[in-house]
Amino acid sequence: MIRLEHVSWTLPDGGDIIKDLSLTIPKGKLTVVTGPNGGGKTTLAKLIAGLVKPSAGRIYLDGQDITDLDVTQRARLGISFGFQTPVRFKGFTVQDLLETAAGSPLDFDTLCDLTGKVGLCTMDYVDRAVDASLSGGEIKRVEIASVLARGTKVSIFDEPEAGIDMWSFKGLVDVFNELKREKRTLVIISHQQRLIDVADEIIVLSSGQVRDQGPKDEVLPGLLAGEIAGYCPVGRRERL
Amino acid sequence: MNIQEVNPVAQSLLHTVAGYEGAFEGAYNIRQDSGCAGRRSTENIRIQSKPDGKPGLEIHVAPGTRGEKVFIPAVVTHGDVSDVAYNDFYIGAGAKVTIVAGCGVHTADNGESRHDGIHRFYLASGSEVIYEEKHIGTGEGAGLRRINPVTECFLEEDASLTMETSQLGGVSYTDRKTTANLKARAKLIVRERLLTQGDEEAKTYFDVVLEGEDAGCDLVSRSVAKGKSRQSFVSRIVGEARCHGHSACDAILADDAVVTAAPQLDALNPDAALIHEAAIGKIAGEQILKLRTLGLTEEEAEARIVAGFLK
Repeated sequence: MIRLEHVSWTLPDGGDIIKDLSLTIPKGKLTVVTGPNGGGKTTLAKLIAGLVKPSAGRIYLDGQDITDLDVTQRARLGISFGFQTPVRFKGFTVQDLLETAAGSPLDFDTLCDLTGKVGLCTMDYVDRAVDASLSGGEIKRVEIASVLARGTKVSIFDEPEAGIDMWSFKGLVDVFNELKREKRTLVIISHQQRLIDVADEIIVLSSGQVRDQGPKDEVLPGLLAGEIAGYCPVGRRERL
Repeated sequence: MNIQEVNPVAQSLLHTVAGYEGAFEGAYNIRQDSGCAGRRSTENIRIQSKPDGKPGLEIHVAPGTRGEKVFIPAVVTHGDVSDVAYNDFYIGAGAKVTIVAGCGVHTADNGESRHDGIHRFYLASGSEVIYEEKHIGTGEGAGLRRINPVTECFLEEDASLTMETSQLGGVSYTDRKTTANLKARAKLIVRERLLTQGDEEAKTYFDVVLEGEDAGCDLVSRSVAKGKSRQSFVSRIVGEARCHGHSACDAILADDAVVTAAPQLDALNPDAALIHEAAIGKIAGEQILKLRTLGLTEEEAEARIVAGFLK
């Protein structure tokens, strides 16, 4: 379980991105965080993974205060983070990155399993460099595979669907369903209805605050109604 | 020649630069402190001392030779040795061989340990050579460790030369000069990896003339400069015919190191297509961050990125 208590995060120029935010992300469930652009979703993900430090408030993982732990320490506690815009490395192959993620050499079957889950053929990709030669969709899949390779108890994905073509979407949904079955705690930042559909829990974040949170069946109808009726992002109409 | 003449320091250097495990498969010549510590020719690969009396070798590979390796490592195992070797390679038409030519220089005292290797490659039509060269400097002595390779390549029509060179560290000073002349459809591929640290200095110079129609070259230099080390990369590709030429210099800077890159492209024919890319900078912060999210510390992440970059 991840718990944020009165967490704030402020830009260097003073703009508030997250404001006195308190929420709980249930253990062993798939929680989708959605909401309008600029609402603080990516910042929330980075706060949990330790990529940014809160200006106020505390963050807990399974009851342990992790607020003052750095990225490495949180990763070693079992938090993984899939970047929205994956990082490219000159000289790293896909295999190098996945083995770095796993923390040990991987045999062919394991590599095949990992790359297969994200729709890449191992034979074609293990020796490919994780550099500019990979397309946006290819490197996004490698990024997701690097999170899967760690097999941690908490995995955070920031817009995992970005760059994934619609033909491969089912495979992505299958990956998250499998992690659900394994009772992993999943946090997925997404606007995609097909990902929201597989959520156990939905958090709607708007203007750095929770606008709505609850089981999918309770939150989703209102979410869709708000989007369709208003032709504007969730949360905006209420602020008018 | 008896290979048991290899001394313990040489054994360690040879292991690092040429994968030596007490023996070499195929043809070889081991140069140790300006002398010969072992030599073997094979049916297709003949190694002999230079007939003109200069220090060094002539290596003749018979036309049509396939899949054989020739090892010609050179090591300097103590200070106050300044070794010079002139090695000429004659690769017969259609031959496909791998040449392993590492160099290690060691000094345990104040004496300088130095090796200047002047290699000339003559590749006959349709021959293919993979040339592997690793350089390293070792020893706790204050004496300088210098390696100055000069490589001249002459590629006839349809010949192909792939050079994989790396400087693994510990070399105080290196001045690398590589020149090549390519006839029609010949290909030159260079993959250079350089690591400098402390007060080390490395200079790299390439001069490639694409003389024949559809000749091509691809020069990629990757380097990491740490400490107060200095590196300079100078390349010149001349396109005299319809041809393709590409050079790239990528350098990672750390600490107070300095890197300069000066590419030159001379297109002397309207159908010459020449490209140069250069990027110099520190390790990107986001790369370190990504590896930290995988559980590495900042120091581990930096080391991993450098190792991958120079691989």
